[in-house]
Amino acid sequence: MIRVQREDFDVGAELAALSAGNRRIGGVASFIGLVRDLSDGADVSRMTLEHYPGMTEQALQDIEAEARSRWALDAVTIVHRYGPLEPGDRIVLVAVASSHREAAFAACQFLMDWLKTKAPFWKLEDTGKGERWVEARDSDDAAAARWAKK
Amino acid sequence: MSVQLLYFAWLRQEVGTASEAIELPAGIATVAALMAWLRGRGGGYAAAFAEDAVLRAAVNKKVVDYDHPVAAGDEIAFFPPFTGG
Repeated sequence: MIRVQREDFDVGAELAALSAGNRRIGGVASFIGLVRDLSDGADVSRMTLEHYPGMTEQALQDIEAEARSRWALDAVTIVHRYGPLEPGDRIVLVAVASSHREAAFAACQFLMDWLKTKAPFWKLEDTGKGERWVEARDSDDAAAARWAKK
Repeated sequence: MSVQLLYFAWLRQEVGTASEAIELPAGIATVAALMAWLRGRGGGYAAAFAEDAVLRAAVNKKVVDYDHPVAAGDEIAFFPPFTGG
């Protein structure tokens, strides 16, 4: 299940819905991304997330399909917010249900690593000294690259 | 040849619009050629497309390389590398 939305989400409700009605699920791994109040040494008072409607949903579906081709997954939830956010706000939820924890942990990390480099979102930070676009990090490219098929 | 162009993040700010329908002159066959043509429009376009290496492109909502062909009716988007998650 993929959703791109302005509103906050209820983590408990999302995790409950993920495994509801499926007794083969042995575990759920999840990651929740939050807005930090510090970025590259500057205080962040506000962050605005821009995205590419239509492409975002398609990219997230492709990323989920790739995860399902690599691991035996029972259910996947990706919720990503856009619009204005403040420090402490939730940005993204990735949750994965599987029979066994290895697949759930690995797929959850994979989904986050690919999402950061392959889903069309851009972060604009307001640091009090003006706004600045967050730059992509080499470490994020490296994190995504480690999942390349050998 | 008519195409729809989209700009995101700081490219949108430099260019001054989020989207535009545009009639391309003949001979623009690839994303790279389109970028060069846009740069030649000057002003915010020249600034936005000053350095190809920092830009990414998508054609019809799929990320592509600069040598990807462009065709009539395409939706072509330009943006910096993604920073979601």
